[in-house]
Amino acid sequence: MNAPMPTPLNVRSLSFVRGETLPQMPPPDDVRLSLSRRVARTYFGSPANAAITIGCILVLAWLLPPLLNWALFKATWTGNATACREAGGACWSFIREKFWFSVFGLYPFELRWRPGLVLALFAGMVAISVQQRFWSIKLIYAWVAALAVMWGLMGGNVLGIPVPGLDPVPTRLWGGWLVTIFLAVFGAALAYPIGIVLALGRRSQRPFVRLVCVCWIEFIRGVPLISLLFIATFIVPLFMPTGVELDRLIRAQIAFIMFAAAYMAEVFRGGLQAIPKGQYEGADSIGLNYSQKMRLIVLPQALKITIPAQVNTFIGMFKDTTLVLIIGIFDFFTTLRSSLGDANWLGFATEAYVYAAAVYFVCCYAMSQYSQRLETTLNEGQRR
Amino acid sequence: MSTPEAGTLEASPSGSAARPVLAPTRTALWNDPVKRGIVLQLLLAAFVLSVVWAAYGNMRANMSARGLVFGWDYLSRPANFAIGEALIPFSAQDSYGRALLVGILNTIKIAVVGIALTTFLGIALGVMRLSSNPLLARLVSGYIEVVRNTPLLLQLFLWYAIINSLPGPRQAVHFGPGMYLSNRGVKVPWLEWSPALWPMIWALVAGIIGAIIAGRMLARRREATGQAPPLWPVALGLIVGLPFLASAAQGFPATLTIPVLQGFNFAGGIELSPEFAALLTGLVLYTAAFVAEIVRGGIQSVYKGQWEAARSLGLSSGQLMRLVILPQALRVIIPPLTSQYLNLTKNSSLAVAIGYPDLVHISNTTMNQTGRAVEAILVFASIYLTISLLTSAFMNWYNARVAIMER
Repeated sequence: MNAPMPTPLNVRSLSFVRGETLPQMPPPDDVRLSLSRRVARTYFGSPANAAITIGCILVLAWLLPPLLNWALFKATWTGNATACREAGGACWSFIREKFWFSVFGLYPFELRWRPGLVLALFAGMVAISVQQRFWSIKLIYAWVAALAVMWGLMGGNVLGIPVPGLDPVPTRLWGGWLVTIFLAVFGAALAYPIGIVLALGRRSQRPFVRLVCVCWIEFIRGVPLISLLFIATFIVPLFMPTGVELDRLIRAQIAFIMFAAAYMAEVFRGGLQAIPKGQYEGADSIGLNYSQKMRLIVLPQALKITIPAQVNTFIGMFKDTTLVLIIGIFDFFTTLRSSLGDANWLGFATEAYVYAAAVYFVCCYAMSQYSQRLETTLNEGQRR
Repeated sequence: MSTPEAGTLEASPSGSAARPVLAPTRTALWNDPVKRGIVLQLLLAAFVLSVVWAAYGNMRANMSARGLVFGWDYLSRPANFAIGEALIPFSAQDSYGRALLVGILNTIKIAVVGIALTTFLGIALGVMRLSSNPLLARLVSGYIEVVRNTPLLLQLFLWYAIINSLPGPRQAVHFGPGMYLSNRGVKVPWLEWSPALWPMIWALVAGIIGAIIAGRMLARRREATGQAPPLWPVALGLIVGLPFLASAAQGFPATLTIPVLQGFNFAGGIELSPEFAALLTGLVLYTAAFVAEIVRGGIQSVYKGQWEAARSLGLSSGQLMRLVILPQALRVIIPPLTSQYLNLTKNSSLAVAIGYPDLVHISNTTMNQTGRAVEAILVFASIYLTISLLTSAFMNWYNARVAIMER
């Protein structure tokens, strides 16, 4: 193609290009407004806006004073139930009384150092895992080891093998925070690999593999979690060979793992679908086989971009651990509820629920904030 | 997928004798992707089948050892338990099958009422969250964060405890004309049912259908001529006017019954039991927080240029929303919204914890009385599964319909 040679433009000859600098304009109105004017404009800028502000203030004025009165000013922090009833406010001394029970449940009192160690170990692992500089394959090995140690410390045996020097504690004596943590953490840890396998299977080119994975995922996502817990409680024992009995907590745990794995699988599938086709084709073209392609090229990217969604799924699962109440397993919430029946402390259900809600809120809110922060830091390379 | 022919050289039949003719070597079985795939799938099939077979065999052995038999005969036996609230008449002499039906209807009732209220509240909260008034936006976002980050079961218990701690009917909280809140639940005025209401109902149905037809006609006219009168006066006239006329023609047979205190309880009006009220409040407030986030995300997902372009065309803020933003936002909103509806329906199974007689609760009672755990769980799981699969089939159809046509 013979394009004509571009002639250099003479800027001065074009009449619409300004040659000289303009004098500075004054800054826009908003910036010059004083603070009070800005506030007035934000909250009372128009009649509708003023009405909204006044409405909000009225709602707060209606809600806050009785709430604060109940929760703080009239509340009882020390003292027995009679003192609480006389004060008329919240009875936080009830929570103080039941706090350690809500952490350890019915675990034998003289052995409480074991779940205490488990909690410390867990807290340490979490503190390490949230820092991105520790993210490596070693962290996964560390978690596997930590989970085994936690299990061994709690039960006094790992998969039936007794730990020397530790008395066995049957799972029916486990309770409180420990059970909630076990359900959530073991659930997530085992759901993760199963979820990856299910997601890969769902995108497999082999029709039967795909069929099995699709049926599995859709069944679990299509029924309420309660049905899975019921199945684990009432039907799974019937599936076991005669004489083999699975522990009730383990059965609930398996139901949880299956549940979380199906939801994780859908998260991973979203990640797999979001990887550009060129990555798959590029891996094929340099001669990688399926497992190399997935392990080295696709999964690292797919897992990374779905981390926020993984955290959200985990938050949902963490909240759903409360459902074991229905099959009578003593997690944190069930343990707390069981202390409502204490004849010395009758009638403080609201305090217990508020305490439980506060604990769940702190955990879930921290996780969701963390996932939002991850979303921005992980996207650092993608940001334009 | 093509098969890589490892170790084979294609020699043309007419090739010169100088070139060595390599006989096609056979690919090893484990190197042939097609055959390997078949073997793999056969192994998986064998594994799945053997697990199912073993589980089935164990189940038969275990059930006969415990004197259990599998069968559906129990559905026709008398249930011998009473159900607190039922949409169809039910007494303890009725069968388990009918009890199950009562449970299904109760689940549908909570799901339908819950979804309707959730939609309104969720959209309102989502829009308020985007308000330019920081006070309102902060308040709503605080509410959303608290509700989303605490377990639903806990919230249900809290609402149930609050309703139970309300004063009795004699000191009921009077929160509107004829509306009472007490530890017996919520009482509101309701239309008294009589067969004379049928013409009104038919008129209402006819009015809705007429309004839809009128909407279609007006849309066609607007497309053809660019001008058409607004729809809402016609629609209002049809939907409200027709039932009114039908009612007037009969001399207003509809009577509103208003709850009044008689002795220790209320008479008249419609009652929402404490369980239903707690479940409904909990489910609606919980799900609405999620819906609000979806609505907010959907509205924010509409590209800024669309807002600016619509404003520069001179559309009013109502037109801007209705004609430009919402049609695009809904594409983003509707799929997750449907899954929230589904979640609400599935979460209504938590009713079992506070004693609202829904599908799971009735199944649980049936299970405890008859020992038919397998059958009862099979029934309610498959009902939920059917609802879920139907919904996702609908969603696939909808997504295909509204998908942006790409090259």
